[in-house]
Amino acid sequence: MKDTLANTEKKTAYILTLPAVALVFAIILFPIFANVWISFKEVKLKDIRIPEPRAKKIVKSISEDPSKIKILYKLRNSSLLQEIRDVSFKDKFPKNFEIGELDTRCNYKKYTLNCKFGNWPAKYRENFTVVFETNDGSEINKKALKSTKPKLNGSSDNILLNTTFTLKNFKKVLFDDEFIDLLLTTFYYTFFGTVGSIIFGILTAQMVNQKFYGRTFMRSVLLFPYVAPVVALAYTWELLLDPNSGTLNSLLINYQVIETPINLLGQKYIEINILGFDFKLRLALTTVIMFEIWRYFPLAFLFILARLQAIPKELYEAADVDGASPFQKFFKITLPQITAVISILFMIRFIWNFNKFEDVFLLTGGASGTRTLPINVYQQGFAISDIGMGSAVSIVIVVLLLLFMFFYFKLLGKRVDEN
Amino acid sequence: MKTKNLILFVLISSFFLIFLVSIFKILATLQGLDIQNFNLQIIFIFGILISFAHLRIGNKIKIFYKSIIFSFIFVICDGYIIQKLPLWYNIGIFLVLYFFVNKINKYSFEDLKKEHSTQVIFFDFLTLFGILFFSFVIVFPFYMMLITSFKTQIALLVNPLDFSINFGQDLKDLFNSYFVIFKSYKFGKYILTSTIVSVGTVIITLIFAIPAAYAIARLNFFGKTFMSTSILIIYMFPAIVLVIPLYTFFSQLGLRNSIEGLLIVYTATTLPVAIYMLQGYFKSIPKELEEAAILDKLSWFGIISKIIIPLSIPAISSVALYVFMIAWNEFLFSLMFLDNPNSFTLSRAIQYLSGDAETPRQYLMAGSVIVTLPVLFIFVYFEKYLVSGLTAGSVKG
Repeated sequence: MKDTLANTEKKTAYILTLPAVALVFAIILFPIFANVWISFKEVKLKDIRIPEPRAKKIVKSISEDPSKIKILYKLRNSSLLQEIRDVSFKDKFPKNFEIGELDTRCNYKKYTLNCKFGNWPAKYRENFTVVFETNDGSEINKKALKSTKPKLNGSSDNILLNTTFTLKNFKKVLFDDEFIDLLLTTFYYTFFGTVGSIIFGILTAQMVNQKFYGRTFMRSVLLFPYVAPVVALAYTWELLLDPNSGTLNSLLINYQVIETPINLLGQKYIEINILGFDFKLRLALTTVIMFEIWRYFPLAFLFILARLQAIPKELYEAADVDGASPFQKFFKITLPQITAVISILFMIRFIWNFNKFEDVFLLTGGASGTRTLPINVYQQGFAISDIGMGSAVSIVIVVLLLLFMFFYFKLLGKRVDEN
Repeated sequence: MKTKNLILFVLISSFFLIFLVSIFKILATLQGLDIQNFNLQIIFIFGILISFAHLRIGNKIKIFYKSIIFSFIFVICDGYIIQKLPLWYNIGIFLVLYFFVNKINKYSFEDLKKEHSTQVIFFDFLTLFGILFFSFVIVFPFYMMLITSFKTQIALLVNPLDFSINFGQDLKDLFNSYFVIFKSYKFGKYILTSTIVSVGTVIITLIFAIPAAYAIARLNFFGKTFMSTSILIIYMFPAIVLVIPLYTFFSQLGLRNSIEGLLIVYTATTLPVAIYMLQGYFKSIPKELEEAAILDKLSWFGIISKIIIPLSIPAISSVALYVFMIAWNEFLFSLMFLDNPNSFTLSRAIQYLSGDAETPRQYLMAGSVIVTLPVLFIFVYFEKYLVSGLTAGSVKG
């Protein structure tokens, strides 16, 4: 009895979880495996369309005889690259139709024209005509005739399913001259964005943790950048930073801080002189990182604030009795209490920033030295139209992420052991 | 020791005054005033004088009168240096100074003698500075978005610093950009598409997630722990990696440029977090209720619909709001899958609009306001339910 109960429970559980699992598998897990498959293939964007046999139907009347009609089918293979095999053709006609002469590839049965056209090579075109006559001499309704569409079927190779593989994509990705630069850019973007958002998160959390008027309101305002749509925010920033009539540049010029506008999003390097040393700063990249910090520090803020509010008050009271200074309290009590949260945040933000696509894409489109790996996936796949290359870059991303997670957990595991 | 504390206090407070006045001057410039100089040195000297005078006077004069006197002196000197400024500017400066004097009122000579007093002062001012700085930095872009959408092309080009709105004009002129994007750019249709996609995603996600979350929370089956841990791992996985394979499949299946395609992808990407959040809540519901239901021979469908759902309305609605916000804000997949303007979502439409360099910026900003408002409204209105979910990592990004 108990056994059957457990069995039904199991069965129910599988029924309940199956739809969700199936969907997640089909849309998230399967594509990751498919990525591996595609990355070893030479596939261009234009190749992924399945070749289709197509027919355009043109109805023509024959010299003043309303009971006779000529139908012209413009047949073609939609693909410029692949052949279609065993093309079959079907079109229906009214019951009073009789056929005149007929192509040898076709037959006319039960008011249906059936044809077998055989194989069509790539770019194949043919004009195929049939002449019909009504058996009762009545007038032909051309519109009705036009409205029925012929059905064509054929089989073709799907380029994604064949088993020719190549290492070309990976060679191109890994031995590209700009690959190191690409990695560095991605790393700068990810690392500084992550660290910056965590630092800002600590500052704001520490701030909101104090009592002041309008604190709850402040908390929701601080979360605005995180919940608002990225499209709106990116374009607003673009407008703010615009060199020609952007608010920031106009303000700086108005206060005579700068003389000529700075193109913050369109200039790759800016030379800065600090203490007699010339630095070349990646300007556009820095701006994009600033946007990233601005948009994502609220997450760090929330996590850290939640942790700060859970720190027992007694700790601070004891510190006060001991005469600890605010700095000491921060470094000796607060910071050790939030290190665990910070290390989790670092991992989450690092992974998410590493994969960030929208922000950079909307702000600069990957121009002026802001091309990160995710942007490269898009550029390879859709701007250069090389699906295989795009997939290969995605695989590089996944491998780097797995490496990061491996080292992260190894380091973290060690620290846990030491404690 | 005491002099060092005194000097530090005076310096910190005058820097704070500089910051306050500068922010106010920037805001005044953005209202179209012609202010070209902050006069930092003068404000600095004033800051030092006021803080020092404040300590000197102490409690001999009531704080109210003291603030008014200091502010008044400052306003007169400031007005003398930068002439031809409207009254509201001077009132504003007055209020800023009043606020400042009230803030430094806490400190006295006795405080400065205490241990760690400089650090306390430093932290106090840092907090104040932070509150103002972050409010400004965060609110400003939103403010700019809103104001720009009410401007005309010419006004924007003539003086990009003028952020004042002329409320005297016709309402039709004021909302001109909004009329234009609805009329000529079909924004009504995009709003409809976005709404259908977002609401559809919410419904489908809940239909899929509630049973699965219930099973994970309550039932014993092989692979349960594996499933609950893999939910989070899947959630961490990057969307950009899915883009190319999904694009190829969807092209071959004819699902691109269709709402169905978006619904499938959005549902799949929001499912893990929906299940994760719901199962956490379901676990907190007392088991006894279900045991009674099992004795009543209720099927699992009955248990879920008659017991679980009515008891977890708050959790379900907060998941629904999250899924709505995620689907509404989503950009990457709508960029990849939609290239026919007839099936655009709002985000994609705005991006498409910006692709044309001729599009005036106020239209772009009007579109941005339209796409931002519902999300901010939901967020502010339901904040109580949503904040705890954010810490559970419900919005990925």
